[in-house]
Amino acid sequence: MIQIKNLHKSYKMGASSLHVLKGINFEVEEGELVAIMGSSGSGKSTLLNILGMLDVADEGDYILDNVPIKDLNETKAAKYRNKFLGFVFQSFNLINYKSALENVSLPLYYQGIARKERQVLALDYLQRVGLKDWATHLPSELSGGQKQRVAIARAMASRPKVLLADEPTGALDTKTSYEVMDLIQKINQEGKTILVVTHEPDIAQMCKRIVQLKDGVIIEDKKVEQVIASKYVQ
Amino acid sequence: MNSLKALFDQDTWQEIFGSISKNRTRTVITVIGVLWGIFIYIALSGAAKGLDNGFERQFENIAMNSMFVWAQRTSIPYDGFKIGRNIELKLSDIEYLKKRVPEIEFVAPRNARGVFGGTSPLVVRKNKSSNYNVYGDFPEYTKIATKKIYDGGRFINEEDIKYRRKVCVIGERTQTELFAEDENPIGQYVRIDNIYFQVIGVHKYVPGGGFESDGDIFIPFETYRQIYNSGESVQWFTIAAYDDADVVAVEKDIKAVLKRIHRVSPDDERAFGGFNLGEIFNKIVGFSKGMTLLSLIVGIATIIAGVIGIGNILLISVKERTKELGVRRALGATPAEVRNQIIIESVFLTLVAGILGIILGAFVLAGINAATLDLTDFPYTNPTVPIPYILGALFIMVFLGTLIGLIPAQRAVSIKPIDALREE
Repeated sequence: MIQIKNLHKSYKMGASSLHVLKGINFEVEEGELVAIMGSSGSGKSTLLNILGMLDVADEGDYILDNVPIKDLNETKAAKYRNKFLGFVFQSFNLINYKSALENVSLPLYYQGIARKERQVLALDYLQRVGLKDWATHLPSELSGGQKQRVAIARAMASRPKVLLADEPTGALDTKTSYEVMDLIQKINQEGKTILVVTHEPDIAQMCKRIVQLKDGVIIEDKKVEQVIASKYVQ
Repeated sequence: MNSLKALFDQDTWQEIFGSISKNRTRTVITVIGVLWGIFIYIALSGAAKGLDNGFERQFENIAMNSMFVWAQRTSIPYDGFKIGRNIELKLSDIEYLKKRVPEIEFVAPRNARGVFGGTSPLVVRKNKSSNYNVYGDFPEYTKIATKKIYDGGRFINEEDIKYRRKVCVIGERTQTELFAEDENPIGQYVRIDNIYFQVIGVHKYVPGGGFESDGDIFIPFETYRQIYNSGESVQWFTIAAYDDADVVAVEKDIKAVLKRIHRVSPDDERAFGGFNLGEIFNKIVGFSKGMTLLSLIVGIATIIAGVIGIGNILLISVKERTKELGVRRALGATPAEVRNQIIIESVFLTLVAGILGIILGAFVLAGINAATLDLTDFPYTNPTVPIPYILGALFIMVFLGTLIGLIPAQRAVSIKPIDALREE
């Protein structure tokens, strides 16, 4: 699903430049649930941004679902993002003046899907995350966990190839974190490829594979015994 | 092409209504800015137009480039004559004037009883009588100052002049004072200074014609001449110049010619009096043009200020919505979609504000109109703004709205989604 070869990225900081990614090579198969771990400054967020086409690598190849991602302009990147990727953010990033349902249907709007169909689809995804009854509520009326579930429904709604989650549990308490991870695991079981950036070991253990980053290189890449989150959810 | 499609897409509007109605304070403040602008424009230019119309109505019955010229006393001894000689205008002056001053279109010599000193003739009908001013006129006079004659009547014509007919045109007031209410005065006889005259018409009084009144009686010039034995003398000339002539210059020329005919010093400023309607009219027209221009400038400036306000507020709102726009970009909104949304928002806000302002302005003008409807002594009629001007103002607003919307839109697009999302 994802192939990355010799990926380099550096940021210019005034006169000096900061080399963040120093040759990343890794592949993700379809249906994998990968945790990308590392301390802050290890380059994990930069890697995720490049994977999410929010940022462009200086060097190296990136192939997503057999499509080489290169020569991106903003419009092309937007279309690829819409078609291939679903984003889940640490701070949820729901649009605060739109109801849960409207938030979920937003990527469908940008896909050009008709209004009625959009609503049906969005409601369906809200049901899957268990928030059908909250469809008309604004984000401010939802709890943190509910917000993240709406965000996951939104990321899923466009039927992406890959789900990218940047610290999805970073703003949540442990119990809610496990609920969210439970949801992510369930989506994964349905066959979706998911990448989760986290610095929490317990969250990483709930994935099937852990990629450890340090100072811009992968220092460890191992398959793990998946901890089933639902066991911790009462 | 893409933006055109977006313009007619229901979803675009859904998005725009969403963001407009959810940022209510911003929207209201923005709208007020432009609304105020167009309101000021409409109200001011409408009011100016009302004044303009009022002046126009005031002068509609008299040729705009006309003047009166009369003779006085000399103030400089000249050509062997003493100072203080009385001068009389003569009928024969007309021919000279027309020959020497080609800008003259019509000359109407006039004589009158009771206007400049002297007593008005007594006019008697059956047991009713009163004093009215009586004018001796040529038919040409109506070419300079329109006289509206009520149905069934007419003004003096060439035949009346030729045969020195004893006919007269009476005023509205004369009719009400001398005739019974249900009586048709036309064909009836009145006695003017003991001579019977047949009434041939009743003229409608229109204010603004100078010294005339609603009781004036007009008789043929030649009849007047015979009755009052005025001979060749004329009390004053009413002169109309061609439309494209400079009335001030024409007046000067006319006086110069008259001075030559009557052997008056060319430097004598007092020998001939003149009242130049055209000059006064030009001043008034200039004034109301100035008012219109002023209202246009003020209005346009206020609209521009309002639209800039919209741009300003949208710029702030883009800053506020950086994150939202980043999310939209991450979810697959293309830069063009983001840009279009903000521009359409800007144009839409401008347009809504503009239309509201126009409606408000129209109400105010309607109010002014209702308040000034009964005013007859103040020149004010029908304060309106022509539709093309309103459309023009709307077009300017849409144009400026688009232009000003480009700034925040460009800013919104220039923010990279990654930076937008990183901003906490």
